[in-house]
Amino acid sequence: MSGSLVRISAMLRRYLYLHRRSLPRTLELVFWPVMELFVWGYLTVYFKSLAPGLAGQLAFAFLNGMIFWDILYRNQQAVTISVMEEIWHHNLLNILISPLRLWEWLAATFVYGFLKSAVITGVLTGLAFLVYHFDLAGGLGLSLIPLVFNLLLFAWILGIATAALLLWWGYSAEALIWGIPFLVQPLSAVFYPLTVMPVWVQAVSRCLPSTYVFEGMRLVLAGQPLPAEFFWASLGLNGLFLLAAGAFFYWMYAKALESGRLVRTGME
Amino acid sequence: MASHGEAPLLTARGLTKFYGDAAVLQDLSFEIRSGEILGLLGPNGAGKTTTLHILLGLLKPTSGEVSFLGLSPLRDRVKIAEKLNFSSAYGSMPANLTVGENLDIMARLYRVSDAPARIRSVLELFEMEPLRHRLAGALSAGEKTKLNLAKSLLNDPLLLILDEPTASLDPDMADKVRQLLVRVQREKKIGIIYTSHNMHEVETLCSRVIFIHRGRRIAEGTPAEVLTQCSARTLEQAFIKMVRSGDLVAREEGS
Repeated sequence: MSGSLVRISAMLRRYLYLHRRSLPRTLELVFWPVMELFVWGYLTVYFKSLAPGLAGQLAFAFLNGMIFWDILYRNQQAVTISVMEEIWHHNLLNILISPLRLWEWLAATFVYGFLKSAVITGVLTGLAFLVYHFDLAGGLGLSLIPLVFNLLLFAWILGIATAALLLWWGYSAEALIWGIPFLVQPLSAVFYPLTVMPVWVQAVSRCLPSTYVFEGMRLVLAGQPLPAEFFWASLGLNGLFLLAAGAFFYWMYAKALESGRLVRTGME
Repeated sequence: MASHGEAPLLTARGLTKFYGDAAVLQDLSFEIRSGEILGLLGPNGAGKTTTLHILLGLLKPTSGEVSFLGLSPLRDRVKIAEKLNFSSAYGSMPANLTVGENLDIMARLYRVSDAPARIRSVLELFEMEPLRHRLAGALSAGEKTKLNLAKSLLNDPLLLILDEPTASLDPDMADKVRQLLVRVQREKKIGIIYTSHNMHEVETLCSRVIFIHRGRRIAEGTPAEVLTQCSARTLEQAFIKMVRSGDLVAREEGS
């Protein structure tokens, strides 16, 4: 195995050890998503009973929106909480003086987030089918792959940008871990179509890769194919955002090295 | 003892660090060779830890440069990281992992060959084998320090940077750690850069010391040479004299 793979798997192992060690941490993985599923699930059952047909479709889109949002949120958190974990445990300096490259560290958090999402999505999909007879995965078919791919990329990008702020501000930026995704949620058309927003907001929303994912998801659930331009627009924007977030992360790291904030954060 | 014929392991030239207008380190230069234990001494805030952080590539100096085996800690961080290590009494390792898990992760990051045997060996060195399955967060302050030290020896470093490594150890364990460091240094011919406020420890352990005060080097030499320079009987006396007078700076610069 190459050096990078060994180090990435070492960091992945470090984060997985936490779950072996802590049952609450593992349960917390699925607790909130499952509770949300129950709330949204019964709400959709209620809507369906009021107006079968259209309400049922809407409800299905809601549930899928919820699961997709959870994928984005959890993956952003996987990156940022993993970085924060090292700050909480005064381990940042040990990590930064080891041969681990910064991109290897981030890659490990991406894989960790992906694994967490796979578990959560599996649990939610299974529960939605058992309790509400909603076949979430089946409803999206193969379109699930490009949609989730772009969603994961954007989540990781948000994670990188937040992690950069953590390197600079340390503990004082902790709230950003939870807050940053909610900056993009209203603009990403998670639960409603883009067209319900004012025209100028739509223009902003179209600059986010996530908007094309949620819009695409609703189209597919309505029985239409996923427009190729949605996939490419999302991928292209993700590429641009990834470059920008990567540059921002390395720039913040360099600034933190120069200003002494990195060692202060590491020793806080 | 170091052989002065061989090339230095690490060279620091003109290290200067400003935070805004405040100088925390000014024009500090020194070298360390294999098999040498170099003590960096000075009062709190003298610039010792700043120096260590610059050597480790965790802090960019305002000017000056560090060369470790011809490599720069800032430009060649990964290559250097494989050959040096660091331990501080004030650092810790993830509290929610066990001693064994922490060392396992670090051994993988450093790509230590035959990691299980190496982990066993460093645990035995520090008499920590019985604590292997204990959470790092449940260790006493002294045990945490030993865990950090064990981690710092995992990769068989050529240069070991230790920031007050015995600060939280009881006298017995501090003595054992000192003996151990001397043994490791002699057997492996590694270089050690060492900060401590325990002057007796420095006197017995270090082959050479550098006194830093307000970011400046105010004395350097073997412990015996520094005692002569300061007309002191012990390093502790010399330390107090230097810190309280500060005129050695002028004396040295004038000479």
